Amino acid sequence: MSTDIDKLHDDHDHGPSSGIMRWITTTNHKDIGTMYLWFSLIMFFIGGLMALVIRAELFQPGLQLVIPGFFNQMTTMHALVMIFGAVMPAFVGLANWQLPIMIGAPDMALPRLNNWSFWILPFAFTMMLSTLFMESGGPAAGWTLYPPLSLQGGDSFPFTILAIHMLGVSSILGAINVIATILNMRAPGMTLMKMPIFVWTWLITAFLLIASMPVLAGAVTMLLTDKFFGTMFFTASGGGDPVMFQHIFWFFGHPEVYILILPAFGIVSTIIPAFSRKRLFGYDSMVYATASIALLSFIVWAHHMFTVGMPLAGEIFFMFTTMLIAIPTGVKVFNWVATMWRGSMTFETPMLFAIAFIVLFTIGGFSGLMLAMVPADFQYHDTYFVVAHFHYVLVPGAVFAIMAAVYYWLPKWTGKMYNEGLGKLHFWLTTIFVNLTFFPMHFVGLAGMPRRIPDYAVQFADFNAIASVGAFGFGLSQLLFVYILFNTLKKDVTAEDKVWDGAEGLEWTLSSPPPYHSFEKAPKVD
Amino acid sequence: MRISNILLMVIFPTAALAEWETNMPRGVTPTSEVAYDLHMLIFYITVVIGIVVFGAMLYSILYHRKSLGHKPAKFHESTKVEIIWTVIPFIILVGMAVPATKALIMMEDTRDSEITLKVTGYQWMWQYEYLEDNVTFFSKIADESNAARRLGSGVDVTTVDNYLRDVDHAVVLPTNTKVRILLTANDVIHAWWVPELGGKKDAIPGYVNEIWVDIKEPGTYRGQCAELCGKDHGFMPIVVHAVSKPEYYKWVGIQKTNRVAKNK
Repeated sequence: MSTDIDKLHDDHDHGPSSGIMRWITTTNHKDIGTMYLWFSLIMFFIGGLMALVIRAELFQPGLQLVIPGFFNQMTTMHALVMIFGAVMPAFVGLANWQLPIMIGAPDMALPRLNNWSFWILPFAFTMMLSTLFMESGGPAAGWTLYPPLSLQGGDSFPFTILAIHMLGVSSILGAINVIATILNMRAPGMTLMKMPIFVWTWLITAFLLIASMPVLAGAVTMLLTDKFFGTMFFTASGGGDPVMFQHIFWFFGHPEVYILILPAFGIVSTIIPAFSRKRLFGYDSMVYATASIALLSFIVWAHHMFTVGMPLAGEIFFMFTTMLIAIPTGVKVFNWVATMWRGSMTFETPMLFAIAFIVLFTIGGFSGLMLAMVPADFQYHDTYFVVAHFHYVLVPGAVFAIMAAVYYWLPKWTGKMYNEGLGKLHFWLTTIFVNLTFFPMHFVGLAGMPRRIPDYAVQFADFNAIASVGAFGFGLSQLLFVYILFNTLKKDVTAEDKVWDGAEGLEWTLSSPPPYHSFEKAPKVD
Repeated sequence: MRISNILLMVIFPTAALAEWETNMPRGVTPTSEVAYDLHMLIFYITVVIGIVVFGAMLYSILYHRKSLGHKPAKFHESTKVEIIWTVIPFIILVGMAVPATKALIMMEDTRDSEITLKVTGYQWMWQYEYLEDNVTFFSKIADESNAARRLGSGVDVTTVDNYLRDVDHAVVLPTNTKVRILLTANDVIHAWWVPELGGKKDAIPGYVNEIWVDIKEPGTYRGQCAELCGKDHGFMPIVVHAVSKPEYYKWVGIQKTNRVAKNK
């Protein structure tokens, strides 16, 4: 297959067009990957500012800064921006940059589609964020959009739904491209079970995207017709069922959770062996564990809604399936520790982020296991304990993995080495503040503070004050990350081709930075 | 006050922490107690697993480093250990599932209750109906909290008694009585939650959900709506006064006379 492509593709020497048109018309996987990553960083700061509005209001009991309606818009938008704007595009950006150079391909399989799937995003988010300036304000029913509350939304409602549709289209196109690339464009000799683990996790993630995003599209379309065309899908007074929305939403929502974490598993499984100077322990079981997590993700959705009053048998079924997820996830954590065991470790910035990922993600996994226990979940549900849980798996989980990946591959992408001392400083500040922000949330949640409230009883004040201090520290620390990026880009010292002595994979056989068309001749893999 | 607390915690960690609520309340009902016991059981299990896994990792980080001249080993797979660390977690999970399932069956058994209280959620207040005794009233946030919580109210909320946790009409329930609570809503989804009485359940338009409580200790228990229900979601508290059965029936009598008096 790859030889055919070489024959068709004769003009090897054409480079990018110049100026702004390079970025608008590009079909190059590296340019598109770069745009995804910058877009994600911008969204990370926009979503972060919203989080800081939330934490500033919650610094003290009483309302000091915003009215409750605006507070709800902030919680809703913070989630939508971070999930669909920051984390998912970051992973797609990493896939764009890395998949072709990891499997020995010249580019992604569907380059024009690739351009389109990126360029949908800025328009979708412009529309979604513009709702904040409408008279009715932005969406305020939470990112889960539960009816009947979401149906009370004002002018922002149809715009938000259209934006979600566009994000879904972008994700599905991206996923199709990833699958087409991985299945058709691997170097000769690279069988499925020889693929780098990051490629495996992205292949599985892409299938999750294709299976789950249309379900979300269906759910939000039904909301739209309920609101504007008089259907009664979710309206009890018309024979509809508000709980059905939650079932449909979470049938998308739980696979979505793994869309946000499986590529992170792939990144950590790449970085830990590189800096332990030892092969990944249990490659096969890592692949099977990832696939099992993905399959299980389709039969656990109702654990997000144990309090809706399901029948006992339903509650027991979803409790058991949810607990089962701990097994493949445990296998992954044990394999990472076994990879480190008796290695020859060094602790550069990517390794530090990867190790912190394992520890803090596991803590998030523990609270996840606690949440699976239905009788205890009746207490935890919709409290700050849940907020602490999912931020532990998403911030020191997904976001740390993204940062690890950026530090790990940045020298390859740019041909320039970042400042290791500043990278380590960024790591330590980020890790300290992330825990200062989210650990106290476990306590206030257990003590009885519900989530999504703009004001709280005075007994929750102290831990909230600490969390707010942590959040501002975390936000400011990320400015250092931006500084490190620009500082790297303006250097003229060039990085070696094989930046890390323990790193393995085809990407390290290319120059740093790699040529515009990555592998024009497919490498041979034994 | 709060800054001093943070300082206090830094200087005298244990002294300051003693006043800080960090755990789930054990509560005063059989359901809250099983939830608490299960919570603590799983918590301790995860602590032990955490010590083993993080301990092994820390040992490796401390000793298997290049700077100490440690040479990497060659092993990279072992079916035997993979089976071990699949089977052991499975056994631990079964050990958790048994008590959890037992507790769940007990919690969902609302049969043989003596009193039925129907709770209806509204934006943003609760309606309570005592079905057997025909007593009905609405309950919303107390005026003092409601005035203090406005943006720019100028009130120091720490001076307000039970800020955001007080209502105009509290629910009264008898102790040592199995009370079935029916939950529904009239507009959007709400959730009725008093931590010390056990878990929450959603109050959903078109649905009637059930929970039960059997309060063992007289006292005042506070909670609030737990499902996002619009702008004043944070301002619909719940207060339950638990009193002895004779006192409860006295209270029911007064409610009825009041209603009769009002209707005249």
